[in-house]
Amino acid sequence: MRPTVALFVPCYVDDFYPQAALATLEILEAQGFRVEYPQPQRCCGQPFINNGLLDEGRTFAEAFADLFENYDYVVAPSSSCIGTAKYRYEGLLEPERHRKLAPKLYELCEFLHDVVGLERLRLEHPFPHRVGLHNSCHALRELELARPSELMIPHFSKIEAVLSRVEGIEIIHPERDECCGFGGTFSVQESAVSAAMGRDRIADHRRQGVEMMAGVDLSCLMHMEGLARRDGTPMRFVHVAQILAGHVDFE
Amino acid sequence: MKSEEPTFVNHARNAEEFLRDSEQARWHDRALWFVRQKRDTAAASVPEWEELRRAAEAIKAHTLEHLGYYLERFEERARDNGIEVLWAEDAAEFRRLVAEILERHGAARVVKSKSMLTEECGLNPHLEARGIEVTDTDLGERIVQLAGDRPSHIVLPAIHLRKEQVAEIFSSHLHTDPANADPTYLTRAAREHLRRKFLEADAAVTGVNFALAEEGAFVVCTNEGNADLGTALPDLHIACMGLEKLIPSARDLGIFTRLLARSATGQAITTYTSHFRRPKPGGRLYLILVDNGRSTLLQSSRRELLSCIRCGACMNTCPVYRRSGGHSYGTVVPGPVGSALAGSRNPQRYASLPFACSLCASCDLVCPVRIDLHRHLLDERPQTIRVPEYRGKVRGLKAAAFLLRHPRLYRQTMTALRRLLPRLPRSLIYNRFNLWGQEREMPSPAPRSFRELYRARQESDDDR
Repeated sequence: MRPTVALFVPCYVDDFYPQAALATLEILEAQGFRVEYPQPQRCCGQPFINNGLLDEGRTFAEAFADLFENYDYVVAPSSSCIGTAKYRYEGLLEPERHRKLAPKLYELCEFLHDVVGLERLRLEHPFPHRVGLHNSCHALRELELARPSELMIPHFSKIEAVLSRVEGIEIIHPERDECCGFGGTFSVQESAVSAAMGRDRIADHRRQGVEMMAGVDLSCLMHMEGLARRDGTPMRFVHVAQILAGHVDFE
Repeated sequence: MKSEEPTFVNHARNAEEFLRDSEQARWHDRALWFVRQKRDTAAASVPEWEELRRAAEAIKAHTLEHLGYYLERFEERARDNGIEVLWAEDAAEFRRLVAEILERHGAARVVKSKSMLTEECGLNPHLEARGIEVTDTDLGERIVQLAGDRPSHIVLPAIHLRKEQVAEIFSSHLHTDPANADPTYLTRAAREHLRRKFLEADAAVTGVNFALAEEGAFVVCTNEGNADLGTALPDLHIACMGLEKLIPSARDLGIFTRLLARSATGQAITTYTSHFRRPKPGGRLYLILVDNGRSTLLQSSRRELLSCIRCGACMNTCPVYRRSGGHSYGTVVPGPVGSALAGSRNPQRYASLPFACSLCASCDLVCPVRIDLHRHLLDERPQTIRVPEYRGKVRGLKAAAFLLRHPRLYRQTMTALRRLLPRLPRSLIYNRFNLWGQEREMPSPAPRSFRELYRARQESDDDR
């Protein structure tokens, strides 16, 4: 029997970036998986856990486990929410429960790289465009999907490995792989620093001649998109899944 | 600001202030990122870099686990070497001990090399109040001292000042040309000035980078040789160290010296790595071991923070530190490790510091002793969120949690919001209550949510 994949759609993605969730669903189906979208889905609880409101965090962790723990795989177009469930539910869920849940959780590119495998990966949509890759912190330093510049280990990037299977794509790296400054409620509590960080990321990509940024976390992209629009900076932001599924429109 | 310290350090507000001088802020970010890049290059030149970090982490953890044993061993060996070992329980006792030693020896002029511990314990003002002249001999610290300012970085204390500002400070204290901001010119002036101070000094105060338990000796690392010059001339040397500076023996030292300078500035080794084992002939060598909260830290979940070797790498890499400056933290040690340490000192006053972090975790990965810094900052939050200053924030988060916990209510709210947002006048969306909108545009709501798209997709599947 084909293994079943549960799709987790982060709360803000559901309402603001449905096309990325739809793209994720299509890519997973194209790999031959039976994909379910169990409901009702809630927030992963990250805003509460990261602010130290652990009682609130626990209710979201338990709801997440209730909904997803019986699937073979849980995949989301977000490294941040997956990282929360994988690493920050520790201490909130029963240890045994968390131990069983954590290995089932995958960010989309991680799933395509580790479970599907590059050689069996089916991507049918060419993308003859230049794309600046934004490596989000949770992808880089929490889920370890690529080598962060701090570590003296051999270079690897699961995100780039998957993305570079797309025909015609040109992947550009910014000079710095540092944080975009979103950081959840950090973006409003430390508004000035957050905005300075985001503007620096956008400027870095623009210096590399990038007009479209792609990433695996829409929260980072939402923050930078908001800054670019406020400043009138020409830059498009797309989720990696939209490229993989051929869902980026050009007028 | 200096004498009347606010009860609550508002990092976000201080950072906003710092960023207002955008040119200076950009320079600060670039200068420190440059140091971070030098660190990367230096670290990459050591094939076993990650192994070194793991070894350093393990040695520090072991030493802290058996700190009592190593402290006794160290004290015994140091005494055998003729070092006079003293213990200070807190900052006040430490200040009193240093003042007593100096007064007993009739020392009125002191040269001091860099020691964050003496900053932590407020040594300079205490000695100055007793008529003892203290000259900080590290160039950056001397600049800051002359300006009546505070260090903003533990390795680069004057990184917040531009060379033009240094020219101004020097012109009023060292009578240099205020229009000449040439670094070589200014450094020469400082050197001449400091040479006189070295020659006149009655005593030297130094910090300690590493204390070797087995040998009863200690090591001081500088780039300017100021600790050596200071201790070479006067007969009296007082070395000050926190309890955590201990490592088991000289055999372990190489691991740390290889990590320290590479992590700090990207140098292979500090220009001077000076070993002190016994007083010089006819001289006196005192060593003061300071607790000042460290044994409490040792017993807590924050123990790991005592492994810190004060390289400053976490500051250089921190995207928040680089864009807010060291003074925005209101602590002696700023940046990620400073924020983590501050909670153990005064959680109320420093409640904003654990939040001055986007949890990017870059600090963890540059830390030469692999302290899980971002995890410590996260773990502080359940306590620090409770301060009165964050009452509004907590209320907002709890309201959001309520909404998100009730999927039907949440969906109805979001659907209404998605339909309403595009029709509202701009002034109603962007106002002072919209914190997100201070700096950025709101995301454009999609015409249909994913759950709606999914339902439509399922229904058309069923039709087929």
